[in-house]
Amino acid sequence: MELLRQALAIARKDLRIERRSKEVVNAAFSFALVVLLLFSFTFDPTGDQVREMSGGLLWLVYSFAGVLVLTRSFAQETQNDCLDALVAAPVSGAAIFLGKALANTVFLLFLELATLPVFTIFYNVRWEARMAWLLPILVLGTWGFTVIGTVFSALTVSVRLRELMLPLLVFPITVPALMASVQLTTTLFTGEPIAGDLVWLQFLAGFDLIFTLLGVTLVETILVG
Amino acid sequence: MIAARGVWKFFGDFAALREVSLEIAAGSTLALLGRNGAGKTTLLRMLAALSSPSRGTITAGGASLREPAQRRRIGLIGHGISIYDDLTAAENLEFFASLYGIKAPGERIDRWLETTELLRVRNGLARQFSRGMRQRLAIARAFFHDPDILLLDEPFTALDDRAAALLARLIRQAHDQGRTLIISTHQLREALQLATDVAVLDRGRLAFSGPNTEELKAAPEDFYRKYSETAG
Repeated sequence: MELLRQALAIARKDLRIERRSKEVVNAAFSFALVVLLLFSFTFDPTGDQVREMSGGLLWLVYSFAGVLVLTRSFAQETQNDCLDALVAAPVSGAAIFLGKALANTVFLLFLELATLPVFTIFYNVRWEARMAWLLPILVLGTWGFTVIGTVFSALTVSVRLRELMLPLLVFPITVPALMASVQLTTTLFTGEPIAGDLVWLQFLAGFDLIFTLLGVTLVETILVG
Repeated sequence: MIAARGVWKFFGDFAALREVSLEIAAGSTLALLGRNGAGKTTLLRMLAALSSPSRGTITAGGASLREPAQRRRIGLIGHGISIYDDLTAAENLEFFASLYGIKAPGERIDRWLETTELLRVRNGLARQFSRGMRQRLAIARAFFHDPDILLLDEPFTALDDRAAALLARLIRQAHDQGRTLIISTHQLREALQLATDVAVLDRGRLAFSGPNTEELKAAPEDFYRKYSETAG
Protein backbone atom coordinates (compact mmCIF):
# COMPACT_ATOMS: atom_id res chain seq x y z
CA MET A 1 0.00 0.00 0.00
CA GLU A 2 2.88 2.32 0.93
CA LEU A 3 4.49 1.51 -2.44
CA LEU A 4 1.34 2.46 -4.32
CA ARG A 5 0.86 5.66 -2.29
CA GLN A 6 4.43 6.78 -3.00
CA ALA A 7 4.19 5.82 -6.67
CA LEU A 8 1.01 7.89 -7.00
CA ALA A 9 2.69 10.85 -5.26
CA ILE A 10 5.56 10.72 -7.78
CA ALA A 11 3.17 10.36 -10.74
CA ARG A 12 1.03 13.25 -9.46
CA LYS A 13 4.13 15.41 -9.11
CA ASP A 14 5.24 14.66 -12.69
CA LEU A 15 1.75 15.36 -14.05
CA ARG A 16 1.54 18.63 -12.12
CA ILE A 17 4.93 19.77 -13.43
CA GLU A 18 3.95 18.86 -17.00
CA ARG A 19 0.59 20.62 -16.68
CA ARG A 20 2.55 23.80 -15.89
CA SER A 21 5.53 23.49 -18.23
CA LYS A 22 3.86 21.56 -21.10
CA GLU A 23 7.40 20.81 -22.29
CA VAL A 24 6.96 17.13 -23.04
CA VAL A 25 3.42 17.06 -24.37
CA ASN A 26 3.92 20.05 -26.69
CA ALA A 27 7.10 18.59 -28.18
CA ALA A 28 5.69 15.07 -28.56
CA PHE A 29 2.35 16.26 -29.93
CA SER A 30 3.96 18.54 -32.54
CA PHE A 31 6.32 15.75 -33.55
CA ALA A 32 3.45 13.23 -33.88
CA LEU A 33 1.47 15.65 -36.04
CA VAL A 34 4.40 16.29 -38.35
CA VAL A 35 5.08 12.57 -38.78
CA LEU A 36 1.40 11.83 -39.46
CA LEU A 37 1.34 14.61 -42.02
CA LEU A 38 4.50 13.37 -43.73
CA PHE A 39 3.17 9.82 -43.87
CA SER A 40 -0.07 11.05 -45.41
CA PHE A 41 1.91 12.73 -48.21
CA THR A 42 4.05 9.65 -48.72
CA PHE A 43 1.16 7.18 -49.10
CA ASP A 44 -2.18 7.38 -50.88
CA PRO A 45 -4.39 7.80 -47.83
CA THR A 46 -7.43 6.19 -49.39
CA GLY A 47 -5.76 3.01 -50.57
CA ASP A 48 -6.70 -0.36 -49.07
CA GLN A 49 -3.03 -1.13 -48.60
CA VAL A 50 -2.63 1.93 -46.42
CA ARG A 51 -5.53 0.76 -44.25
CA GLU A 52 -3.77 -2.55 -43.82
CA MET A 53 -0.63 -0.70 -42.76
CA SER A 54 -2.53 1.75 -40.58
CA GLY A 55 -1.82 -0.04 -37.30
CA GLY A 56 1.90 -0.02 -38.05
CA LEU A 57 1.89 3.64 -39.05
CA LEU A 58 0.02 4.64 -35.92
CA TRP A 59 2.30 2.74 -33.53
CA LEU A 60 5.41 4.05 -35.30
CA VAL A 61 4.21 7.58 -34.62
CA TYR A 62 3.38 6.70 -31.00
CA SER A 63 6.77 5.05 -30.49
CA PHE A 64 8.79 7.94 -31.93
CA ALA A 65 6.80 10.51 -29.97
CA GLY A 66 7.00 8.23 -26.92
CA VAL A 67 10.78 8.35 -26.94
CA LEU A 68 10.58 12.13 -26.50
CA VAL A 69 8.41 11.60 -23.42
CA LEU A 70 10.69 8.91 -22.01
CA THR A 71 13.91 10.86 -22.56
CA ARG A 72 12.61 13.62 -20.30
CA SER A 73 11.26 11.28 -17.64
CA PHE A 74 14.35 10.86 -15.47
CA ALA A 75 16.32 13.65 -17.13
CA GLN A 76 14.02 16.25 -15.56
CA GLU A 77 15.06 14.91 -12.15
CA THR A 78 18.68 15.90 -12.81
CA GLN A 79 17.71 19.56 -12.88
CA ASN A 80 18.73 20.98 -9.46
CA ASP A 81 19.86 17.43 -8.50
CA CYS A 82 16.29 16.50 -7.60
CA LEU A 83 17.10 12.84 -8.26
CA ASP A 84 19.39 12.84 -5.20
CA ALA A 85 16.58 13.99 -2.91
CA LEU A 86 14.22 11.46 -4.50
CA VAL A 87 16.61 8.52 -4.11
CA ALA A 88 17.68 9.60 -0.60
CA ALA A 89 14.03 9.66 0.52
CA PRO A 90 12.57 6.51 2.11
CA VAL A 91 11.09 5.45 -1.21
CA SER A 92 11.93 2.18 -2.91
CA GLY A 93 13.23 2.13 -6.46
CA ALA A 94 10.05 0.23 -7.31
CA ALA A 95 7.87 3.16 -6.21
CA ILE A 96 9.97 5.62 -8.23
CA PHE A 97 9.78 3.33 -11.26
CA LEU A 98 6.01 2.76 -11.00
CA GLY A 99 5.32 6.46 -10.42
CA LYS A 100 7.40 7.46 -13.42
CA ALA A 101 5.94 4.71 -15.63
CA LEU A 102 2.43 5.74 -14.65
CA ALA A 103 3.05 9.41 -15.47
CA ASN A 104 4.68 8.47 -18.79
CA THR A 105 1.72 6.25 -19.67
CA VAL A 106 -0.73 9.07 -18.94
CA PHE A 107 1.30 11.49 -21.11
CA LEU A 108 1.43 8.98 -23.96
CA LEU A 109 -2.24 8.00 -23.74
CA PHE A 110 -3.17 11.68 -23.80
CA LEU A 111 -0.99 12.13 -26.87
CA GLU A 112 -2.47 9.05 -28.54
CA LEU A 113 -6.07 10.10 -27.95
CA ALA A 114 -5.29 13.63 -29.14
CA THR A 115 -3.68 12.46 -32.39
CA LEU A 116 -6.16 9.68 -33.16
CA PRO A 117 -8.75 12.03 -34.72
CA VAL A 118 -6.02 13.53 -36.93
CA PHE A 119 -5.02 10.04 -38.00
CA THR A 120 -8.65 9.26 -38.79
CA ILE A 121 -8.94 12.27 -41.07
CA PHE A 122 -5.66 11.68 -42.91
CA TYR A 123 -6.06 7.93 -43.39
CA ASN A 124 -9.82 7.54 -43.55
CA VAL A 125 -10.00 4.74 -40.99
CA ARG A 126 -13.03 4.09 -38.81
CA TRP A 127 -12.58 2.97 -35.24
CA GLU A 128 -15.32 4.72 -33.23
CA ALA A 129 -17.57 1.66 -33.19
CA ARG A 130 -14.72 -0.46 -31.87
CA MET A 131 -13.52 1.98 -29.20
CA ALA A 132 -14.23 -0.59 -26.48
CA TRP A 133 -11.48 -2.76 -28.03
CA LEU A 134 -9.18 0.03 -29.06
CA LEU A 135 -8.87 1.48 -25.54
CA PRO A 136 -7.48 -1.67 -23.84
CA ILE A 137 -5.10 -2.17 -26.78
CA LEU A 138 -3.81 1.38 -26.42
CA VAL A 139 -3.47 1.02 -22.65
CA LEU A 140 -1.67 -2.36 -22.78
CA GLY A 141 0.56 -1.39 -25.72
CA THR A 142 1.48 1.93 -24.15
CA TRP A 143 2.19 0.40 -20.73
CA GLY A 144 4.46 -2.22 -22.34
CA PHE A 145 6.38 0.51 -24.18
CA THR A 146 6.65 2.84 -21.19
CA VAL A 147 7.76 0.27 -18.59
CA ILE A 148 10.73 -0.66 -20.76
CA GLY A 149 11.33 2.97 -21.66
CA THR A 150 11.21 4.04 -18.02
CA VAL A 151 13.83 1.46 -17.01
CA PHE A 152 16.15 2.67 -19.78
CA SER A 153 15.36 6.29 -19.00
CA ALA A 154 16.74 5.61 -15.50
CA LEU A 155 19.71 3.73 -16.92
CA THR A 156 20.69 6.50 -19.35
CA VAL A 157 19.93 9.45 -17.07
CA SER A 158 23.59 10.35 -16.63
CA VAL A 159 24.68 9.36 -20.13
CA ARG A 160 25.72 12.31 -22.26
CA LEU A 161 24.17 10.91 -25.46
CA ARG A 162 20.97 9.72 -23.80
CA GLU A 163 18.76 11.09 -26.61
CA LEU A 164 20.55 8.70 -28.96
CA MET A 165 21.04 5.82 -26.54
CA LEU A 166 17.47 5.59 -25.32
CA PRO A 167 15.79 4.67 -28.63
CA LEU A 168 18.67 2.31 -29.48
CA LEU A 169 18.02 0.42 -26.24
CA VAL A 170 14.23 0.67 -26.10
CA PHE A 171 13.12 -0.22 -29.63
CA PRO A 172 14.71 -3.70 -29.95
CA ILE A 173 13.20 -4.84 -26.64
CA THR A 174 9.75 -3.38 -27.30
CA VAL A 175 9.45 -5.10 -30.70
CA PRO A 176 7.22 -7.95 -29.37
CA ALA A 177 4.84 -5.49 -27.68
CA LEU A 178 4.78 -3.29 -30.78
CA MET A 179 4.10 -6.30 -33.01
CA ALA A 180 1.13 -7.31 -30.87
CA SER A 181 -0.21 -3.74 -30.70
CA VAL A 182 0.18 -3.28 -34.47
CA GLN A 183 -1.55 -6.57 -35.27
CA LEU A 184 -4.49 -5.83 -32.96
CA THR A 185 -4.89 -2.22 -34.13
CA THR A 186 -4.74 -3.19 -37.80
CA THR A 187 -7.43 -5.82 -37.23
CA LEU A 188 -9.64 -3.16 -35.67
CA PHE A 189 -9.03 -0.61 -38.43
CA THR A 190 -9.67 -3.07 -41.25
CA GLY A 191 -12.95 -4.12 -39.63
CA GLU A 192 -12.01 -7.78 -39.30
CA PRO A 193 -13.27 -9.78 -36.31
CA ILE A 194 -10.98 -9.45 -33.29
CA ALA A 195 -11.77 -12.94 -31.95
CA GLY A 196 -8.98 -14.55 -33.99
CA ASP A 197 -6.40 -12.12 -32.59
CA LEU A 198 -7.19 -12.44 -28.91
CA VAL A 199 -4.00 -14.42 -28.42
CA TRP A 200 -2.09 -11.20 -29.24
CA LEU A 201 -3.99 -9.41 -26.48
CA GLN A 202 -3.05 -12.14 -24.01
CA PHE A 203 0.53 -11.97 -25.23
CA LEU A 204 0.55 -8.20 -24.68
CA ALA A 205 -0.82 -8.55 -21.14
CA GLY A 206 1.81 -11.20 -20.36
CA PHE A 207 4.59 -9.03 -21.83
CA ASP A 208 3.46 -6.08 -19.69
CA LEU A 209 3.38 -8.19 -16.55
CA ILE A 210 6.85 -9.68 -17.07
CA PHE A 211 8.53 -6.37 -17.88
CA THR A 212 6.74 -4.54 -15.07
CA LEU A 213 8.11 -7.12 -12.61
CA LEU A 214 11.56 -6.83 -14.18
CA GLY A 215 11.45 -3.03 -13.92
CA VAL A 216 10.30 -3.14 -10.31
CA THR A 217 13.18 -5.50 -9.50
CA LEU A 218 15.93 -3.74 -11.48
CA VAL A 219 15.42 -0.02 -10.92
CA GLU A 220 16.79 0.07 -7.36
CA THR A 221 20.10 -1.35 -8.63
CA ILE A 222 20.12 1.03 -11.58
CA LEU A 223 19.57 4.11 -9.42
CA VAL A 224 21.86 3.25 -6.51
CA GLY A 225 24.34 0.83 -8.08
CA MET B 1 26.12 4.94 15.43
CA ILE B 2 27.10 5.19 11.77
CA ALA B 3 29.88 2.81 10.83
CA ALA B 4 31.84 2.61 7.59
CA ARG B 5 33.99 -0.50 7.43
CA GLY B 6 36.65 -1.05 4.78
CA VAL B 7 34.83 1.06 2.23
CA TRP B 8 36.16 1.27 -1.31
CA LYS B 9 34.48 3.06 -4.18
CA PHE B 10 35.60 2.60 -7.75
CA PHE B 11 34.56 4.63 -10.78
CA GLY B 12 35.88 2.39 -13.53
CA ASP B 13 39.51 1.76 -12.54
CA PHE B 14 39.73 4.89 -10.42
CA ALA B 15 39.46 4.34 -6.67
CA ALA B 16 37.66 7.39 -5.25
CA LEU B 17 37.72 5.88 -1.74
CA ARG B 18 40.33 3.42 -0.46
CA GLU B 19 39.51 1.28 2.54
CA VAL B 20 37.88 3.98 4.60
CA SER B 21 36.81 2.86 8.08
CA LEU B 22 35.08 5.40 10.26
CA GLU B 23 32.71 5.36 13.22
CA ILE B 24 30.46 8.30 13.92
CA ALA B 25 28.76 8.23 17.32
CA ALA B 26 25.13 9.28 17.62
CA GLY B 27 24.88 12.94 18.58
CA SER B 28 28.36 13.85 17.37
CA THR B 29 29.25 16.48 14.80
CA LEU B 30 31.87 15.36 12.34
CA ALA B 31 33.81 17.86 10.24
CA LEU B 32 34.79 15.99 7.09
CA LEU B 33 37.77 17.77 5.59
CA GLY B 34 39.87 17.31 2.49
CA ARG B 35 40.88 18.97 -0.71
CA ASN B 36 38.71 18.90 -3.83
CA GLY B 37 38.69 15.36 -5.20
CA ALA B 38 39.68 13.83 -1.85
CA GLY B 39 36.47 11.74 -1.76
CA LYS B 40 34.31 13.77 0.65
CA THR B 41 31.29 13.93 -1.66
CA THR B 42 31.66 10.26 -2.61
CA LEU B 43 31.62 9.29 1.06
CA LEU B 44 28.69 11.58 1.86
CA ARG B 45 26.71 10.18 -1.09
CA MET B 46 27.22 6.69 0.27
CA LEU B 47 26.21 7.80 3.76
CA ALA B 48 23.05 9.22 2.19
CA ALA B 49 22.46 5.85 0.49
CA LEU B 50 22.72 7.49 -2.94
CA SER B 51 25.36 5.00 -4.02
CA SER B 52 26.69 1.70 -2.74
CA PRO B 53 30.28 0.93 -1.72
CA SER B 54 32.20 -1.16 -4.26
CA ARG B 55 33.66 -3.01 -1.25
CA GLY B 56 32.98 -2.77 2.45
CA THR B 57 29.83 -1.81 4.34
CA ILE B 58 28.15 1.25 5.74
CA THR B 59 25.52 0.82 8.43
CA ALA B 60 23.55 3.01 10.81
CA GLY B 61 22.64 1.34 14.08
CA GLY B 62 23.69 -1.95 12.51
CA ALA B 63 21.15 -1.68 9.67
CA SER B 64 21.70 -0.99 5.99
CA LEU B 65 21.29 2.63 4.97
CA ARG B 66 19.01 1.56 2.11
CA GLU B 67 16.39 0.49 4.65
CA PRO B 68 13.52 3.00 4.38
CA ALA B 69 13.48 3.36 8.17
CA GLN B 70 17.12 4.49 8.10
CA ARG B 71 16.62 6.86 5.18
CA ARG B 72 13.73 8.49 7.01
CA ARG B 73 16.29 9.53 9.65
CA ILE B 74 18.59 11.27 7.15
CA GLY B 75 18.47 14.86 5.90
CA LEU B 76 20.72 15.84 3.04
CA ILE B 77 22.01 19.08 1.62
CA GLY B 78 24.06 18.21 -1.43
CA HIS B 79 25.58 20.30 -4.20
CA GLY B 80 22.21 20.91 -5.88
CA ILE B 81 19.19 22.50 -4.23
CA SER B 82 16.94 19.51 -5.04
CA ILE B 83 13.74 21.45 -5.47
CA TYR B 84 11.36 21.42 -8.42
CA ASP B 85 11.19 24.71 -10.32
CA ASP B 86 7.66 24.10 -11.61
CA LEU B 87 6.18 23.43 -8.19
CA THR B 88 5.30 26.08 -5.65
CA ALA B 89 7.21 26.35 -2.37
CA ALA B 90 4.36 24.60 -0.54
CA GLU B 91 3.97 21.92 -3.23
CA ASN B 92 7.70 21.12 -3.05
CA LEU B 93 7.49 20.50 0.69
CA GLU B 94 4.16 18.70 0.31
CA PHE B 95 5.71 16.32 -2.21
CA PHE B 96 8.60 15.45 0.07
CA ALA B 97 6.18 15.14 3.00
CA SER B 98 4.30 12.47 1.05
CA LEU B 99 7.55 10.59 0.35
CA TYR B 100 8.49 10.68 4.04
CA GLY B 101 5.01 9.55 5.07
CA ILE B 102 4.20 12.76 6.95
CA LYS B 103 0.44 12.88 7.39
CA ALA B 104 -1.45 16.22 7.23
CA PRO B 105 1.71 18.25 6.63
CA GLY B 106 -0.01 21.63 6.19
CA GLU B 107 0.90 23.07 9.57
CA ARG B 108 4.48 21.81 9.33
CA ILE B 109 4.83 23.27 5.83
CA ASP B 110 3.71 26.69 7.05
CA ARG B 111 6.03 26.50 10.05
CA TRP B 112 9.05 25.75 7.87
CA LEU B 113 8.10 28.37 5.31
CA GLU B 114 7.87 30.85 8.14
CA THR B 115 11.26 29.74 9.54
CA THR B 116 12.82 30.23 6.12
CA GLU B 117 10.91 33.51 5.57
CA LEU B 118 9.07 32.14 2.56
CA LEU B 119 5.54 32.07 3.93
CA ARG B 120 4.49 35.13 1.92
CA VAL B 121 5.46 33.32 -1.31
CA ARG B 122 3.94 30.01 -0.19
CA ASN B 123 2.09 29.56 -3.50
CA GLY B 124 4.74 31.08 -5.76
CA LEU B 125 6.56 28.87 -8.25
CA ALA B 126 10.12 28.06 -7.22
CA ARG B 127 11.37 29.11 -10.68
CA GLN B 128 10.22 32.66 -9.94
CA PHE B 129 12.22 32.85 -6.71
CA SER B 130 15.53 34.60 -6.31
CA ARG B 131 18.59 32.43 -5.79
CA GLY B 132 18.57 33.11 -2.06
CA MET B 133 14.89 32.15 -1.74
CA ARG B 134 15.50 28.91 -3.59
CA GLN B 135 18.41 28.14 -1.28
CA ARG B 136 16.23 28.74 1.77
CA LEU B 137 13.55 26.46 0.34
CA ALA B 138 16.24 23.80 -0.14
CA ILE B 139 17.19 24.18 3.53
CA ALA B 140 13.52 23.79 4.52
CA ARG B 141 13.33 20.65 2.34
CA ALA B 142 16.36 19.10 4.07
CA PHE B 143 15.20 19.82 7.65
CA PHE B 144 11.46 19.43 7.04
CA HIS B 145 11.09 15.77 8.08
CA ASP B 146 12.96 16.32 11.34
CA PRO B 147 15.96 14.08 10.54
CA ASP B 148 18.28 12.96 13.33
CA ILE B 149 21.22 12.53 10.95
CA LEU B 150 22.17 15.53 8.81
CA LEU B 151 24.57 15.18 5.91
CA LEU B 152 25.77 18.53 4.64
CA ASP B 153 28.06 18.65 1.63
CA GLU B 154 29.78 22.03 1.54
CA PRO B 155 26.49 23.53 2.68
CA PHE B 156 27.61 27.18 2.77
CA THR B 157 29.00 27.24 -0.76
CA ALA B 158 27.20 29.85 -2.90
CA LEU B 159 24.67 30.71 -0.17
CA ASP B 160 23.71 34.35 0.21
CA ASP B 161 24.07 36.02 3.64
CA ARG B 162 20.51 35.38 4.70
CA ALA B 163 20.52 31.71 3.73
CA ALA B 164 23.96 31.20 5.32
CA ALA B 165 22.80 32.77 8.59
CA LEU B 166 19.65 30.63 8.58
CA LEU B 167 21.62 27.46 7.90
CA ALA B 168 24.21 28.27 10.56
CA ARG B 169 21.38 28.77 13.08
CA LEU B 170 19.69 25.49 12.14
CA ILE B 171 22.99 23.57 12.27
CA ARG B 172 23.72 25.01 15.70
CA GLN B 173 20.20 24.06 16.84
CA ALA B 174 20.55 20.53 15.48
CA HIS B 175 23.93 20.21 17.22
CA ASP B 176 22.44 21.40 20.54
CA GLN B 177 19.53 18.98 20.16
CA GLY B 178 22.00 16.10 19.94
CA ARG B 179 21.46 15.21 16.30
CA THR B 180 24.28 13.63 14.33
CA LEU B 181 25.84 16.01 11.84
CA ILE B 182 28.38 15.25 9.15
CA ILE B 183 29.61 18.40 7.48
CA SER B 184 31.95 18.40 4.54
CA THR B 185 33.48 21.82 4.21
CA HIS B 186 36.45 23.98 3.30
CA GLN B 187 35.57 26.49 6.00
CA LEU B 188 37.92 25.05 8.60
CA ARG B 189 37.53 27.51 11.42
CA GLU B 190 33.72 27.56 11.37
CA ALA B 191 33.50 23.78 11.10
CA LEU B 192 35.97 23.15 13.90
CA GLN B 193 34.18 25.54 16.24
CA LEU B 194 31.15 23.24 16.11
CA ALA B 195 32.67 19.81 15.45
CA THR B 196 33.10 17.20 18.14
CA ASP B 197 35.09 15.00 15.74
CA VAL B 198 37.26 15.53 12.71
CA ALA B 199 38.10 13.33 9.72
CA VAL B 200 40.45 14.24 6.91
CA LEU B 201 40.33 12.50 3.56
CA ASP B 202 43.32 12.64 1.28
CA ARG B 203 43.14 11.13 -2.21
CA GLY B 204 40.49 8.68 -1.12
CA ARG B 205 42.22 7.55 2.07
CA LEU B 206 41.28 8.45 5.60
CA ALA B 207 44.36 10.43 6.67
CA PHE B 208 43.06 11.40 10.11
CA SER B 209 40.11 10.58 12.29
CA GLY B 210 39.70 11.63 15.90
CA PRO B 211 38.09 13.96 18.38
CA ASN B 212 38.31 17.71 17.96
CA THR B 213 40.66 19.40 20.41
CA GLU B 214 41.49 22.93 21.53
CA GLU B 215 44.83 22.63 19.69
CA LEU B 216 43.01 21.89 16.47
CA LYS B 217 40.66 24.81 16.95
CA ALA B 218 43.62 27.10 17.65
CA ALA B 219 45.56 26.23 14.49
CA PRO B 220 43.24 24.45 12.06
CA GLU B 221 45.23 25.39 8.95
CA ASP B 222 48.43 23.73 10.25
CA PHE B 223 46.56 20.59 11.14
CA TYR B 224 44.73 20.48 7.81
CA ARG B 225 47.93 21.02 5.81
CA LYS B 226 49.69 18.26 7.73
CA TYR B 227 47.05 15.61 7.12
CA SER B 228 45.92 16.50 3.66
CA GLU B 229 49.44 16.11 2.33
CA THR B 230 50.60 12.98 4.13
CA ALA B 231 48.93 10.25 2.14
CA GLY B 232 49.91 9.36 -1.39
